[in-house]
Amino acid sequence: MSNVIKIKKGLNINLIGEAEKTIKELSTDQFAIKPTDFIGVFPKLLVKEGDVVKAGSPLFMDKYRDNILFSSPVSGKVREIKRGAKRVLLEVKIESDGKSESIDLGAGDPLKMKREDVLDKLLKSGVWPFIRQRPYSVIANPADQPKSIFISTFDTAPLAPDNDLIVHGQGEAFQKGLDVLSTLTKGKIHLNIDASATQSKVFTNSKGVQINKFSGPHPAGNVGVQINKIDPINKGEVVWYLYPQDVIIIGKLFLTGSYDSTRIVALTGSEVLKPTYYKTNVGANLESLVKNNLTSVEKRFISGNVLTGTKIDPDGYVGFYSSQITVIKEGNYHEFLGWALPGFDKFSFSRSFPSFLFSKRKYSLDTNLHGGERALVMTGQFEKVFPFDIYPMQLLKAIMAENIDQMEQLGIYEIDEEDFALCEVIDTSKTNIQEIVRKGLDLMRKEMS
Amino acid sequence: MKFLRDFLDKQKPQFEKGGRFEKLQSTFDAFETFLFVPDKTTFSGAHVRDAIDLKRTMSVVIIAMLPALLFGIWNAGYQHFLSLGQSPGFWPIVFYGLMKVLPIVIVSYVAGLGVEFIFAQYRGHEVNEGYLVSGMLIPLVMPIDIPLWMVALASIFAVVIGKEAFGGTGMNVFNPALLARAFVFFAYPVKITGDTIWTGGLSKGEGVVDGFSGATPLGNAAAGAIDKIPSLQDLFFGFIPGSIGETSKLAILIGAAILILTGIGSWRVMLSGLLGGLSMTLIFNLFAANEYMKIDPLTQMMMGSFLFGIVFMATDPVTAAQTTRGKWIYGFLIGFIAIMIRVFNPAYPEGMMLSILLLNAFAPLIDHYVVEANINKRLKRATTSVKS
Repeated sequence: MSNVIKIKKGLNINLIGEAEKTIKELSTDQFAIKPTDFIGVFPKLLVKEGDVVKAGSPLFMDKYRDNILFSSPVSGKVREIKRGAKRVLLEVKIESDGKSESIDLGAGDPLKMKREDVLDKLLKSGVWPFIRQRPYSVIANPADQPKSIFISTFDTAPLAPDNDLIVHGQGEAFQKGLDVLSTLTKGKIHLNIDASATQSKVFTNSKGVQINKFSGPHPAGNVGVQINKIDPINKGEVVWYLYPQDVIIIGKLFLTGSYDSTRIVALTGSEVLKPTYYKTNVGANLESLVKNNLTSVEKRFISGNVLTGTKIDPDGYVGFYSSQITVIKEGNYHEFLGWALPGFDKFSFSRSFPSFLFSKRKYSLDTNLHGGERALVMTGQFEKVFPFDIYPMQLLKAIMAENIDQMEQLGIYEIDEEDFALCEVIDTSKTNIQEIVRKGLDLMRKEMS
Repeated sequence: MKFLRDFLDKQKPQFEKGGRFEKLQSTFDAFETFLFVPDKTTFSGAHVRDAIDLKRTMSVVIIAMLPALLFGIWNAGYQHFLSLGQSPGFWPIVFYGLMKVLPIVIVSYVAGLGVEFIFAQYRGHEVNEGYLVSGMLIPLVMPIDIPLWMVALASIFAVVIGKEAFGGTGMNVFNPALLARAFVFFAYPVKITGDTIWTGGLSKGEGVVDGFSGATPLGNAAAGAIDKIPSLQDLFFGFIPGSIGETSKLAILIGAAILILTGIGSWRVMLSGLLGGLSMTLIFNLFAANEYMKIDPLTQMMMGSFLFGIVFMATDPVTAAQTTRGKWIYGFLIGFIAIMIRVFNPAYPEGMMLSILLLNAFAPLIDHYVVEANINKRLKRATTSVKS
């Protein structure tokens, strides 16, 4: 247990706009659950506009797995059901009544309950979607027996929120959540902490889990890397994973019997005037979150971090799994001879810009692609930021060729798109690698089902 | 630079689909992106990207080749006047060298890039920057007295057969620049071998002073004239006849340092290539059956294009092995086989070219076995976990 697992390959991107470590209350009454946050889910609506809902009331369900419900994060009424092209369900918007009433599912000690009863409670309350599985990063299948459950308590992505701060004072609920999870698997629960940074007793005093220490640059905090180092996934195996805040929500459900979707969100990025943490609920509206706190340039709003987050509209909503909002500059400008100038202020993993001499520097990056898309020419670059025993380039090419057998042989079950995010950032050829990986995972999932 | 930007924005519609010059779209795009990094933003995946692109990468390689080119220009003049028995001073030497080398460079770029532009337009691609490097490598591996039409033909051959036939940049099996060299070597053997082509003007029969042969160190060695091999110092600094860019080991080492420092050239390939060459030479030294086999490792490494090949040719990421372990094997074998061919087969005094081309062909196989090992490891883990 005291052994530290050292991740050597990777890259920390130091950005300007880290959130100040204070938590403010956010007063907003606008929330939304976005079906697009859930990979592979075909939503079937269960409410209509104007319906009165409580926290935990189901809003929609998965058409093909009808025991998986998605519930309202707050009490209030359904304000709008937003659809996009081809009537794709985009957002179910809830206007909160400020009372935060929840449906009552009854408290209970998970350790004295049967697995089916625990499952039943998790499913009915709509907290089940917090539990996801690898491979594929889809919502876990309640019928599966995962070989282990992984919780990464630290995030190494750029400007990532500090989970020590977020879970402060939630020790009881966190432990209860772990107890709930322990009824779901015969294997271990792996609680992975940062060897040097994790201080919170909430994590280090956890019981009934195996605590693993990690050190090293991003993606050391990615659950995929941690699974790979501790209990790699073979064909046919399933590992479940979830985030610390979601463990607390699950814990509270069993402590109080109600669905408390409290979520602390870090507002970060170079274009935020005062980056800090906000306490709100799952799916909060962005407008109120960033109000009077932004610079005046053209911006991109990201639910999540700059590596893996989703672009959202200025009046959009925080994603279901996100506890971070990043706001950076848009990069839609032409740069005269940008590739040829020395570029003292350019961010680059390669050492072809003199900025590599200042490794501690913090950058204010924008969304410019810095070049045109090209054939995959360079080799040996991805390997420097990809801490898996997997050949990233070969796997990518297998995916592009849609070669199922080869994808499987090269280890596609062990990786997720987020694990390729750094490869994508440093790629000379400007290929959209995460998109390719997602396609490969989707293809694989279809093939296997 | 605003007027330039405005000008480009004004012209752009004419080159887009339906415009007057839509057939020149790729060409326009190439020039536009040369002047301005595009305003494209990320739309999927990571929202921020590294400042590096293929243009930057390729320009670093070109910068790394500049010392070799500059020395090559000087040496072309130096050797020429040496053959005439004159020493006219620095500037006339450089001027002569420029007059000889610059046309080769220009012809290589014009011919090769022309074909690249046509193919990019035909395929609807953006023009890849790969040829910027190939176009510079081709002159550097040519003898100084090569006819310009041959350079043009070789460049076109390299791009069409070496690259586009395989699907374009990133798909080619053989290093295009080496292919150009191989093309002239096999198509016009008379013109590219012998002692006269390595010195400017010599092949036209201009006067030669006594004692000047024009033979390269490799030519001497192959002919058994071991005693005629220049001193280590001359070999290192490059005051010897040879292909334009290969003679000065100092210039090549500066290039290698740039490539390694920026991380753009693989130090693994370079180091393992050296080790490969060293091993073969030491084995030869051990047996020492003839004079050639007795040549010490240092001299052996500094003759011919051994270093140039390892630093600039073998490291081409597209045609080299792609896996880390594969790169070690690939580099080692290049060095090993280059010395072997050089010593055993006097018909091909330059083993480096053949050795790299050979290993280019085998690189995918090397990678295959390296990756296969990884696959087997995964399979083994899966079966043990099923058993337990």
